[in-house]
Amino acid sequence: MALVELKDLSFKYQLADEFALKRINLKIEEGDFYAIVGANGSGKSSLCYAIRGFIPHFHRGDFSGEVLVADQSNSQRKLGEIGLDVGFVFQNPFSQISGVAMNVYEEVSFGLENLGVAKEMIAHRVEEIMTLLEIEHLRQRNPYNLSGGEQQKVAIASVMVMEPRILILDEPTSQLDPVGTEQVFKAIELMKNRGMTIILVEHKMELISYFANKVAVLKNGELLLDGPIQDVFTSPVFAHSQIKPPVYVEVNSELKKHFDYCCEEVLTHEQCTALLHSLKQRSAIEK
Amino acid sequence: MINVTELVYRYPTGFDALRGINLQIDHGEKVAIIGQNGAGKSSLVKHFNGLLKPTSGDVTINGVNTKEKTTAQLSRWVGYVFQNPDDQLFKNSIREELLFGPRQLSTDQVKIDEIVLEIAHLTGLESSLDKNPYDLSLSDRKFVSIASVLTMDQDVVILDEPTAGQSDDKIALLESIVNYLQEKGKTIIVIAHDMEFVAKNFTRVIVLSGGKILMDDSADRVFAQPEKLRQSQLRPPHITRLCLEFGLPVCFNVPEFVEAFVNSCCKRS
Repeated sequence: MALVELKDLSFKYQLADEFALKRINLKIEEGDFYAIVGANGSGKSSLCYAIRGFIPHFHRGDFSGEVLVADQSNSQRKLGEIGLDVGFVFQNPFSQISGVAMNVYEEVSFGLENLGVAKEMIAHRVEEIMTLLEIEHLRQRNPYNLSGGEQQKVAIASVMVMEPRILILDEPTSQLDPVGTEQVFKAIELMKNRGMTIILVEHKMELISYFANKVAVLKNGELLLDGPIQDVFTSPVFAHSQIKPPVYVEVNSELKKHFDYCCEEVLTHEQCTALLHSLKQRSAIEK
Repeated sequence: MINVTELVYRYPTGFDALRGINLQIDHGEKVAIIGQNGAGKSSLVKHFNGLLKPTSGDVTINGVNTKEKTTAQLSRWVGYVFQNPDDQLFKNSIREELLFGPRQLSTDQVKIDEIVLEIAHLTGLESSLDKNPYDLSLSDRKFVSIASVLTMDQDVVILDEPTAGQSDDKIALLESIVNYLQEKGKTIIVIAHDMEFVAKNFTRVIVLSGGKILMDDSADRVFAQPEKLRQSQLRPPHITRLCLEFGLPVCFNVPEFVEAFVNSCCKRS
């Protein structure tokens, strides 16, 4: 049974002219690392809001269909109840920082304190997550005095530390430097390995193909494609998505114009370098 | 046109964001500033329009020391697009946002209307002019904040992380905006974490690390030094990494890489 199920979900924001989501059907299994991709305005954030229950509980509008989380309909539950299952990292960290914490340590521990977690456990989990995301050195800084990227890491830590069953991250690395981005992806992977189900909105296809196992592609509010990474990124339908596949897919198709070989699985840097080494060896032998 | 001499900046909290920066940016240059989060990128460019004043050292714009001018006075020359559009937008319609800047600088309504329409067309906002900026997505609000600066037609345009959260079609739109500014002879300074965007569009790249300049060189020379880049939590673009791994000349696009790879296979065999 799917942990998250969207059944014929449609939604139009109150003052909008068009539907943001159009008859979406999607199943996310427990333990999946599911990436949601698409051009800006394709409905990615709206889809995440629906899973978290912000649609329709906070954002009002024309809603039809059903969202089931852990076999319970979001329409039948309060936002706070859904929040016990689903953690959400917002696209804009500036709107997530609580404003009540004097420093980063307090900001990251805020959620656990509100859940009544024991003091020793809070200290343990906060230290662990701050080490994982390499923000220990920021512990005494005021969250509002941090750079955009540092704030983004603090926002991620403050949700991750609560260890929700389902973790939704809406473009969590948009303001991070490349190494910081990789740290966040590795932290997400660790959460996944602990059994967390991950739903991630992201534009960085090379990282998605390395870390995620499934991907859903949205276009103008419709679900264009979904399934295992390999199937989606190499599907002819993906060309209609308005987004580029990982650069290694492009390298693979460009190489095929010059070399005669059969190899479809080239999505990551490692797979690409392995292919290039084998082509090089073959060329040397043929000569 | 922009001269920075021994620039040091200490925030009131005691944090040293800039620790002795020296650089010069000439009229019409396209410069990308990259570096790890907290390296001092935004702190540096905020000195160019006087939002921050040096703790010590000097910044001059067209020979004028920024210490002697207010941000409002410097805004005649330097436009700064904030990292977070919500720090910048305050009007009820996009049209009003775009009109606000030029109205502070000129009373020629015909010219103002002309430039607003030109910039709205450039930034893809033509059909949204009567909408409230906050009815748009964060990505589209970024284009409103860019447009509201471009209508002021300043000599220097600074874009602080314009690529953050943008999909491929919007990155392409940003590229067309950069090209438009270049054709107009503007000085363009961009802060970005998208190395592909930087490599493709900017010839000069300044790398900051810990409030100091780590590198200031052409894009192909900067991205050929992965170990040095790592000091500032950066990596070369994906395709450049493949070039370096296979000992090929640095390039930034797939066809060039594959051509170089094919040639290297022929040569070596």
